[in-house]
Amino acid sequence: MQWDIVIGLEIHVQLATKTKIFSGSSTAYGAEPNTQANAVDLAMPGTLPVPNEQAFRYAVMFGLAVNAEIERRSVFERKNYFYPDLPKGYQTTQLERPIVGPGYVDLDLANGETKRVRIHHAHLEEDAGKSLHEDFHGMTGVDLNRAGTPLIEVVTEPDMTSAEEAVAFAKKLHSLVTSLGICDGDMSQGSMRFDVNISLKPKGSGTLGTRTETKNLNSFRFMEQAIAHEVERQMDILEDGGVIEQETRLYNGDRDESRSMRTKEEANDYRYFPCPDLLPVEIDDAFIEDARKRLPELPDARKARFREQYGLNDYDAGLLSGDARLATFFEDAVSHGKDAKLTANWIQGEFSARLNAEEKSVSESPISGTQLGDLVVRIADNTISSAGAKKVFDALWSGENDNVDAIIDAKGLKQVSDTGELERMVDEVLAGMPDQVAQYQNEEDPKKRKKMLGGFMGPLMKASKGQGNPKLFNEILIRKLSD
Amino acid sequence: MHNKSVAELSRELESGKISSVELTQQFLDRLKQEDSKYNSFITVTEEQALADAQAADAQRAAGNATPWTGIPFAHKDIFCTNGVRTTCGSKMLENFVPPYDATVTDNFRKAGAVCLGKTNMDEFAMGSSNESSHFGAVTNPWGLSKGEKRVPGGSSGGSAAAVAARLVPAATATDTGGSIRQPAALCGVTGLKPTYGRVSRYGMIAFASSLDQGGAIARTAEDNALMLNVMAGFDPKDSTSLDRAVPDYTATLNEPLKGLRIGLPKEYFSDQLSPAMEEQIRAAVREYEKLGATVKEVSLPNAKLAIAAYYVIAPAEASANLSRFDGVRYGYRCEDPKDLMDLYTRTRAEGFGTEVKRRILVGTYALSAGYFDAYYLKAQKVRRLIQQDFINAFKEVDVLMSPTTPSPAFALGEKTNDPVTMYLEDIFTIAINLAGVPAMSVPAGFVDGLPVGLQIIGDYFSEARLLNAAHQFQQVTDWHQREPQ
Repeated sequence: MQWDIVIGLEIHVQLATKTKIFSGSSTAYGAEPNTQANAVDLAMPGTLPVPNEQAFRYAVMFGLAVNAEIERRSVFERKNYFYPDLPKGYQTTQLERPIVGPGYVDLDLANGETKRVRIHHAHLEEDAGKSLHEDFHGMTGVDLNRAGTPLIEVVTEPDMTSAEEAVAFAKKLHSLVTSLGICDGDMSQGSMRFDVNISLKPKGSGTLGTRTETKNLNSFRFMEQAIAHEVERQMDILEDGGVIEQETRLYNGDRDESRSMRTKEEANDYRYFPCPDLLPVEIDDAFIEDARKRLPELPDARKARFREQYGLNDYDAGLLSGDARLATFFEDAVSHGKDAKLTANWIQGEFSARLNAEEKSVSESPISGTQLGDLVVRIADNTISSAGAKKVFDALWSGENDNVDAIIDAKGLKQVSDTGELERMVDEVLAGMPDQVAQYQNEEDPKKRKKMLGGFMGPLMKASKGQGNPKLFNEILIRKLSD
Repeated sequence: MHNKSVAELSRELESGKISSVELTQQFLDRLKQEDSKYNSFITVTEEQALADAQAADAQRAAGNATPWTGIPFAHKDIFCTNGVRTTCGSKMLENFVPPYDATVTDNFRKAGAVCLGKTNMDEFAMGSSNESSHFGAVTNPWGLSKGEKRVPGGSSGGSAAAVAARLVPAATATDTGGSIRQPAALCGVTGLKPTYGRVSRYGMIAFASSLDQGGAIARTAEDNALMLNVMAGFDPKDSTSLDRAVPDYTATLNEPLKGLRIGLPKEYFSDQLSPAMEEQIRAAVREYEKLGATVKEVSLPNAKLAIAAYYVIAPAEASANLSRFDGVRYGYRCEDPKDLMDLYTRTRAEGFGTEVKRRILVGTYALSAGYFDAYYLKAQKVRRLIQQDFINAFKEVDVLMSPTTPSPAFALGEKTNDPVTMYLEDIFTIAINLAGVPAMSVPAGFVDGLPVGLQIIGDYFSEARLLNAAHQFQQVTDWHQREPQ
């Protein structure tokens, strides 16, 4: 049987506010456990929440960026459950009146089509702390540094039909929130976490199947794998005539396994009710207009501009505009390096490869956009060869030296581009290789001739101690050999 | 000295006839001697009080005295006090020492007042007799001479009994459904529950957040005004506190009452009220007529629904507010929990008393899937109707007057096995909390030798008018000066 895949996402986005959503504690990542939790975060008796205006501003900016209605009077509710890393015994969240109403995001698919994914709503809430199950001699440690960090939970309609679409949406959302500057986008630190709702239905059927929810996926790769895994699992059950149980599942990315966390029957009754410690949040026109003015250039607009301003093709423009920090890096580089295509190639080539290899984000890169730009300038003006450029790049990356020209000098990477001198070297080398010259000149097949050219390049580079401009050598060679 | 009001003591200190250290020592001595009869204090902070008194004397010598500098008083044990244990009347917090002050606590500290300790209360402020306290019941000073042991009312029973017994001239208190006014009435003292949002709730341990309001218990309306001057005001730490100017509540105490329009809600003069009680209240109203007020009957048609609505909303909020007492971070923790569920269930089963558990269960039930609409939502609708009743009434009159309680102080143990009868104690006070308006209880006579309270209810933020009306009444009556023997 043929099946349609139906996917909806819930995405937790940590907002990059300096302080927590209802207390003055810092939200910075990585501090010693429980050093960023004050009396409010610890839910000490008598303490009360005070809303952080910046969290509301960020939520409204998000709403505007996904073309959504902003709820003028949004209400916080208490979601009641007991867990050691939930200090109050309830999570302050929104249910009936979330701050961001229905909206949408358009995706550019690989096949050139545009796909619209509808946003059901996005609501503000506080994050819980962390339970640490290792290193405590069978006990559980609780770290409340994260407790009270503001989140928006973005809930989509079940509009995606494949893992590729779901990942494309997730990446687009990542690109949006980082461009907006409302989230640092650092998935390894849990800044974005995905829950995936998946169901299958017979191809073309109008009725949705029973869905499962796979929780807490924190990378695009795991998300893609988890979807593939779950689709296969459901398909196996359905093809065998079984039924899908509505349940919440956990996916283990390292083993490509999933297991049931709880079934619908085991689901908590969260007993939501409006939080009496917080008045309804009134959002007026002035606040929305102020948020609108703060909206930076968004990825779609940036992509269009990159094509227009730098003459990049659709693929390059899409890649470089998606991540706000990568886009800034590119623009820093191109403002020095001038040659946009060459800059784009270096960013997508050597630079990205190095980041990936060392699992670093753009913001952790040891080299700056302007340094890469300086490097591109020296490649473009033939001062260094691409082989030389890689050496310069290595020196920049390792921090050996931070000045491109100084590295070129120190390492003697400057190419010889004096054509007179190069011609003299070509003449000398050709004079010493009469057989090969004759062979070349007797060859009719241009492909083979081109290949034979390489045989002269080695000795030429040797003669020039590696500093001859290979491009110029090539031109001179062709000219001399066809004489 | 122990019979003097805050205002009088303030003048004594100002004149230099007595120092705060001397005054504080006198009250501490009396407290240590007398309180075994009442059990009105959970914690006495003698050393801290004397140190504070010394600082107050220095403050006065430096010419920086406020009306509260050096005045002994007490906090209900629901207000967090930095470095001093704060129990909320519960085993759960028996050894809890907060590392912060409630805003109310902080305000009194800044004013230079000298806190002698923390007063007894119903556990987590849930009760109308002070019998649910983990630290034992409080005995009402009234009736003791006849050998009767009567309740002081609750939940601020310790504060009311301590003020009535002249152990302190004033004490803070809180009121969620009548917890200031009912004990004030039963102990023959004057109590004020301000408008919801007038006094910060920060550091005041929550029972039902949308109803809880901090306030005052003292013997005179004037002292209530002095207390509110310190307590009232916007607090950035409490999002539900209201940003409105705070008048000097003592400035208008002597305004004449001529032309004051008094409404008597007919629903509050019903069968539940004994003829003897009613007579005392009507006599008090006649005093107001003599002072130039006019009186008419008004109606609060939905008042009869108040208890039912309250016993859904308050427990619902409490069920969530009390979830933080889980044995994980502070407070009571059961011995040797075998796993997480065992930690939760035994900590809460052992740490909470019967009445608290009853209300957590009621509240949890009312919020549960399938019951939420029928209970919680319906109760909120009723609450809005009750609010509207008060708004309508205050279009016709300036204040409402009623008895504070249906009957005087009852015997210890009399209603402990009948929660519903106990809940009816608050039949005349609860609607005020649901509406959020301010109200006072003022001593207005005796029935069978036990005090009767007159409840005066005002429109939102009309505390100055209520205090003015109470003060004028106290200029022509002496019920508030009577001392239990």
